[in-house]
Amino acid sequence: MTRPTPQQVRAVAESVLDPELPMLTLADLGVLRDVEVRPGGRVLVTITPTYSGCPAITEMRAELHRSLVDAGCAQVEVRTVLTPAWSTDWISERGRRALREHGIAPPGPAGDRAAGPVPLRLAPPPSRVRCPRCDSLDTEELSRFGATACRSLRRCVACAEPFEHVKEL
Amino acid sequence: MSFDNAYAALADEHEDTRWAYGTGFDDALSRVDRALPSNVDPAELARYCLMLGDDALILAQRLAEWCSRGPELEEDVAIANIALDLLGQARMLLTRAGEAEGEGRTEDTLAYLRGTSEFRNVVLVETDCGPGPGGDFAVTMVRLLIFATWRLACFQRLTESADPVLAAVAAKGVKELAYHRDHAAQWVVRLGDGTAESARRTAAGLERVRPWLGELFVPHPVESALATAGIAVDPSSLRGEVAAVLRQVLAAADLADRTSDLVAALGAVPTGEHGREGRHTPALADLLAEMQSEARADPAAVW
Repeated sequence: MTRPTPQQVRAVAESVLDPELPMLTLADLGVLRDVEVRPGGRVLVTITPTYSGCPAITEMRAELHRSLVDAGCAQVEVRTVLTPAWSTDWISERGRRALREHGIAPPGPAGDRAAGPVPLRLAPPPSRVRCPRCDSLDTEELSRFGATACRSLRRCVACAEPFEHVKEL
Repeated sequence: MSFDNAYAALADEHEDTRWAYGTGFDDALSRVDRALPSNVDPAELARYCLMLGDDALILAQRLAEWCSRGPELEEDVAIANIALDLLGQARMLLTRAGEAEGEGRTEDTLAYLRGTSEFRNVVLVETDCGPGPGGDFAVTMVRLLIFATWRLACFQRLTESADPVLAAVAAKGVKELAYHRDHAAQWVVRLGDGTAESARRTAAGLERVRPWLGELFVPHPVESALATAGIAVDPSSLRGEVAAVLRQVLAAADLADRTSDLVAALGAVPTGEHGREGRHTPALADLLAEMQSEARADPAAVW
């Protein structure tokens, strides 16, 4: 097998899907931080976990490794980094569209964390989450945690459909 | 990656990344500078990482006990997710502890092969708040509220730590802990401001955890020394912030009359057991017996 070019290596890494949200690539999710082809063809891929305890990170590593080896990369190393911490602001526009098309409301802007103590807000903020089906802003939270730590469960008051939402982080 | 059935997946011995918590975690902090800060005593840094790591590990185990026994399905999911976040934090901190110690102990050996008196968690997290006999969902949420409030305040300051690993773990943890605190606060308000029975049980929960609160804020000599070096947080500096959050929540929960007792407890000098020194209640031995049984039964097991 001929050795893939750096562009091809990057394209392969960028096409690997997220195991929990398979409508997104790891690149769209923003967890794929870097793809580096070293002299001699060694490939170094860097990813970052969404949450500290995200169990999918191991699957991501394995899938990246397998895809790149299958594409002809002889030596692949997948590294996990913690800093800077992942933010939903890193989800690409294409990723947000894909989430919406699959009935999952994408996150709104998470913004930068202000310095100093984190304030506790007991009253729920006004809904800024649009129903991915009918586009209504009249939606309510059913559960703060969904199937994974990064999602919550909501319901659209207008069309009465329940849906998932990727929480701002 | 796919397998024909679950047994094939479990039997796969050559793919070390098969498990959710597979091996190969050693490089988890690879882009963070892993060198020890020059002005730090490695043994002290190791001890501090154990304190913060054990707090998270033991509470994660306690929360996991609620899985399938919460008041509603969504709550099972929520508690499990919170436990998972804490477990993730524990893994990174225990890995750092082993690294600083330099004796070859990994996150697994530290979690599974230490005896009770070697654990450095505060007693608050080991207390059995249910779902078994004598426990209650209300006290579980009260404990989580206080713990998450304390840890969030601590981690927010730790993001400035001179130890790059602690700073990175903290920066990630802050976002998670804000969510945990929020979740617990919502429940305490809902229960305190709910029925007479739920209010009674929430107030009983506050009484139940009160004896263990002082320990959170009394600096251990290791915390004091490392705080001076800009690495750790002096926990006595967190009292004001934690008290303010508790006041806010108790007022909203219609439990304002409990505030002064609770806030006073944050300044109490702990007597008897002192988890940071390895002096624990019998509850920790029971918890470890269950948590460590698998690893101790088969020390060669890999997961």
